[in-house]
Amino acid sequence: MVYIFVGIAGFFGAILRYSIGLALFDESKLFPFATLMINLLGSFLLAFLTTVVFKRFLIPAPLKTAIGTGFVGSFTTFSTLSVESVKLFQSHHLLLGFVYVLVSLLGGLGMSRLGFRVRKEEETG
Amino acid sequence: MSLFQVILVGIGGFFGAIARFSGSQVINKRITSSIPIATLSINLLGSFLLGLLFGMGINKSALLLLGTGFMGAFTTFSTFKLEGIQLHISQQKKAFLMYTTISYGGGILLAFLGLEIGRFL
Repeated sequence: MVYIFVGIAGFFGAILRYSIGLALFDESKLFPFATLMINLLGSFLLAFLTTVVFKRFLIPAPLKTAIGTGFVGSFTTFSTLSVESVKLFQSHHLLLGFVYVLVSLLGGLGMSRLGFRVRKEEETG
Repeated sequence: MSLFQVILVGIGGFFGAIARFSGSQVINKRITSSIPIATLSINLLGSFLLGLLFGMGINKSALLLLGTGFMGAFTTFSTFKLEGIQLHISQQKKAFLMYTTISYGGGILLAFLGLEIGRFL
């Protein structure tokens, strides 16, 4: 049953990613802002949900898996990041490609760290 | 943005998320590793396959279903980063560096190979 929950959450996560990409960003733009923003936002969200929300509130385990693994997992994407990087490099936009990879790498870690709470911090507020 | 296109992405996302979830469980049961091998394998495989789809130049609807929907949801960035932070916080610096380097280096290389191979298919 948890598989179906993960699938349904993945359905909405993928649609939200696609819709944000279409609604907020111009596809003809060279730099893949949409994927970058979605991935950074999702990194914060998953860390915060996992280390704060899911620990403080009584949420059934299958629902946690559906929201974290299903929804946020499908909202963010790695394959598109890889392909977009290659396309930037192949179209000789080496600097943009490098910036895209670097901001994804460091920004993603930073956003995940921002949402991540270790127990000690939780106790001291 | 038509409703049909949105549904295509959603259906791809449904199966992509299930494939990642069940694939991770299978990999984690069989392989023990210092780095999160399940997410890594899935992200690398998905990068190659998405490159392949783009290289083959499949039509827009197929790309929305299989690319944006399935591969987009099959691979994940948020879990990759959370696992990275967990390694970093638990002082597993070497595993953290390996995980990050292989993910980006391998993902970009495999997407490139997929794009090139796809052109011949």
